[in-house]
Amino acid sequence: MTNLELQELIGNWEFNLEFSEEESQFLNIHVPAEHLHNFMFRFKSDPETQFDYLFCLSGVDWGEKLGVVYHLESTTKRHMAVVKVATEDRENPTFETVYDIWATSEFHEREVFDFFGITFSNHPNLKRLFLTEDWIGYPLRKDYEDETNMILY
Amino acid sequence: MILLSITENIHNWLFSVMPAGVASIVEMVLIAIVYLTVFAVAGLFLVLLERRVAAWFQLRIGPNRVGFQGLLQTMADAIKLLTKELTGTDRADKFLYNLAPYFVIISALMALAVIPFSKDFHAFDINIGLFFLIAISSIGVIGILLGGWSSNNKFAIIGAMRSGVQTISYELSVGLSLLTMVVITGTLQLSEIIEIQKSGWLIVQGHIPAIIAFMVFMISGTAETNRAPFDMVEAESELGAGFHTEYSGMKFAYFFLAEFINMFIIAAIAATVFFGGWLSPFGITESIPELGVFWFLIKTMVLVFLMMWFRWTFPRLRVDQLLTLEWKYLLPINLVNIVLMAVLVWLNLTIRW
Amino acid sequence: METEVVHTNFKSEEYFINMGPQHPATHGVLRLLLTIDGEIIKKVEPDLGYIHRSIEKMCERDSYQQIVHLTDRMDYLSANINNEAVCLAVENALQLEIPERVKVIRTIIGELTRISSHCLWWGVMGMDVGALTTYFYGFRDREMINDIMEETCGARLTMNYNVPGGLMLDIHPNFVKRVKEFVAHFKTKLPEYDRLLTGNVIFQKRTVGVGVLSKEDAISFGASGPVGRASGYSCDVRKHHPYSAYDKVTFTEALKTEGDTYARYLVRIQEMWESLSIIEQLIDVIPEGEHRVTTNAVIKLPKGEYYQKVETARGELGVYIISTGTKNPYRLKFRSPGFSNLSLLNHIAVGGKIGDLVATMATLDLVIPDIDR
Repeated sequence: MTNLELQELIGNWEFNLEFSEEESQFLNIHVPAEHLHNFMFRFKSDPETQFDYLFCLSGVDWGEKLGVVYHLESTTKRHMAVVKVATEDRENPTFETVYDIWATSEFHEREVFDFFGITFSNHPNLKRLFLTEDWIGYPLRKDYEDETNMILY
Repeated sequence: MILLSITENIHNWLFSVMPAGVASIVEMVLIAIVYLTVFAVAGLFLVLLERRVAAWFQLRIGPNRVGFQGLLQTMADAIKLLTKELTGTDRADKFLYNLAPYFVIISALMALAVIPFSKDFHAFDINIGLFFLIAISSIGVIGILLGGWSSNNKFAIIGAMRSGVQTISYELSVGLSLLTMVVITGTLQLSEIIEIQKSGWLIVQGHIPAIIAFMVFMISGTAETNRAPFDMVEAESELGAGFHTEYSGMKFAYFFLAEFINMFIIAAIAATVFFGGWLSPFGITESIPELGVFWFLIKTMVLVFLMMWFRWTFPRLRVDQLLTLEWKYLLPINLVNIVLMAVLVWLNLTIRW
Repeated sequence: METEVVHTNFKSEEYFINMGPQHPATHGVLRLLLTIDGEIIKKVEPDLGYIHRSIEKMCERDSYQQIVHLTDRMDYLSANINNEAVCLAVENALQLEIPERVKVIRTIIGELTRISSHCLWWGVMGMDVGALTTYFYGFRDREMINDIMEETCGARLTMNYNVPGGLMLDIHPNFVKRVKEFVAHFKTKLPEYDRLLTGNVIFQKRTVGVGVLSKEDAISFGASGPVGRASGYSCDVRKHHPYSAYDKVTFTEALKTEGDTYARYLVRIQEMWESLSIIEQLIDVIPEGEHRVTTNAVIKLPKGEYYQKVETARGELGVYIISTGTKNPYRLKFRSPGFSNLSLLNHIAVGGKIGDLVATMATLDLVIPDIDR
């Protein structure tokens, strides 16, 4: 399925999706945070899409917004798509977990929590993964500063 | 004859210069010193041999720098271990922790006493020799259990528990396979067992059941000495170092040496019971009794090499598979084998000349 | 009622042990918190971060040429393939036309790297199940590859041979000859691997039916590489999203359906054969030409998002670059194969013995810097 066909197919779904190109080979789908879990569930289980393989889950700090990028592939239909979700709440960003849809996101979401401070509701074991429990701040955020250890360019 | 006359002379001289009671005590002390030396030299040599054999299997050269062909390498290692600090865990049971290595090493040393190196080089020829060996060799496991338990380390206790399970299970097979041979010999005394083999080594005399018994004995003997493929106790990829994780310096060296001495003992028992001990093959050197030690050591070393071969070729069994092997396979085979051997002896089907 | 009394009297107690950070079976500074009941594993919780170097944050400050250097230090056993991933991502973004020669050489070097990584894995696999001898056999053959790499790339472990636009240097004049020598040598040695370990009864007892991962779970846990393929999940990036010269060669994807430790073992052994065949197909047909196209000294990627995946020895490595048009990436994320493969350890190890955990971990083939990044 090409990106355009995919866009036409899921454009009808009732999740207020937005699409963008961003110079990427994938179709970029922007999902409102409140629809994330429902959309993802349908995105995986719908026989037309069947995105059963989450191969990359990255946290991104877009300056004002914090968000998560999901790279998805269907192992049966071999098409790929990118799902993005963002929030402007930098104090307490929260998304729903997709742990029950793709088991690999348990670790990936912990990593995102560790470095971006994005919490995932309903996550079974959300705690720091790489950093120590008492680490202050979230290092991969753009506004993170550590005078002693950071080498600035 | 020279050796014999030396010991005779010492014996006569001792009894001539001091009262009989004192003389026999001094004699015992002398024998003990001789055996301790043998023990230390054998242990150190076996460690070196293992390293060279391992290197040979592993496309390496092995230690060859200290002394001729690395002969002094293990000596240097022993001296290094002597100078090392004896560390221990904080809340270890100090008394048992320090006692454990001695248990292991003393039991190994005691077993060495009944082994006939040659007709005259045999310190303690009791009429229950084989029984004594089996009994003594199972004391060592107490040391391992104590060491593992008192170290206050979880890896050590897992190793110790595995060792307990393993040794107690395989003790049965060791005992039963030797018992199979006792059916032929009719005696437990090691010197008499060798006398009987003048008319054919027992592995030939008992043919099929004897070969089965020998294989069972080698497998369970390897297991009893906690060597690969049965080295659950140490299992370095699972437990770090197992029961001796917390031991250092000379205490560690005791465990280490005891393992090699135990291997030697198992090989020596097998050589004595199955391959005629110090008897030469077909009696070719019967007129030169001094060569007895030589033949005994040759046979033992071949078997030791066999055990090293196991160690450097096989992967390790898992602990439940280890017990399955013993209780479901070796033990029934052994029991059937004893009956088979008894029938063989009853019908006089043994091979003698 | 009586059995209940017995049960309460001899209650088995679960306890924790720390496997690692320094432990022979964890192959690096990985710490596993094990909850065990006697010998049986109830829960495995990995504790990561002992060698986290924050490569992703460093990338935000570095130029693209510098980023390539950092990737060597992630999965150091497939360093060349990691380099290739970043280079390919940058080249695709710049829409550079890469000479055929570069593509073929990259493929050959990539496959050599895969063999060398699998050699090391095979040695360590044997060591983990207790057969120490395998380690030296694996290293004997790996040494030859390291020598080839040393001659051509100037380094043995962190080669750093790929640069955006091609290769840092042309191949050494001896390269072709020595690779052919190696292929001939290794073809006689691979059957030796089988004789030493694969057919061993104890080894099969230790691995068959241990740590079974179903195909559904493999996909859900994002397993890739030999781990996924042993479960019957066709996930070879070289097949499905060919890069470099993989579209020009024929090879079969090693697939097994059992999903146990033994299947993962066999998949890796078969992969070594496939890698040899790929090298053989390409080594005689390296095209003449430039080994590098010149790029600007300061590479600025056009604004946008780029994703490149490659197949390392461990599985699928993804590089996700968000560029804002400057000389540094705005965000760079590495999707490392080991990270996803580690996440399924708890799932497949529970219920087994400690020995099973060690065997299972050995076939997951974890490289800790790859996970910690």
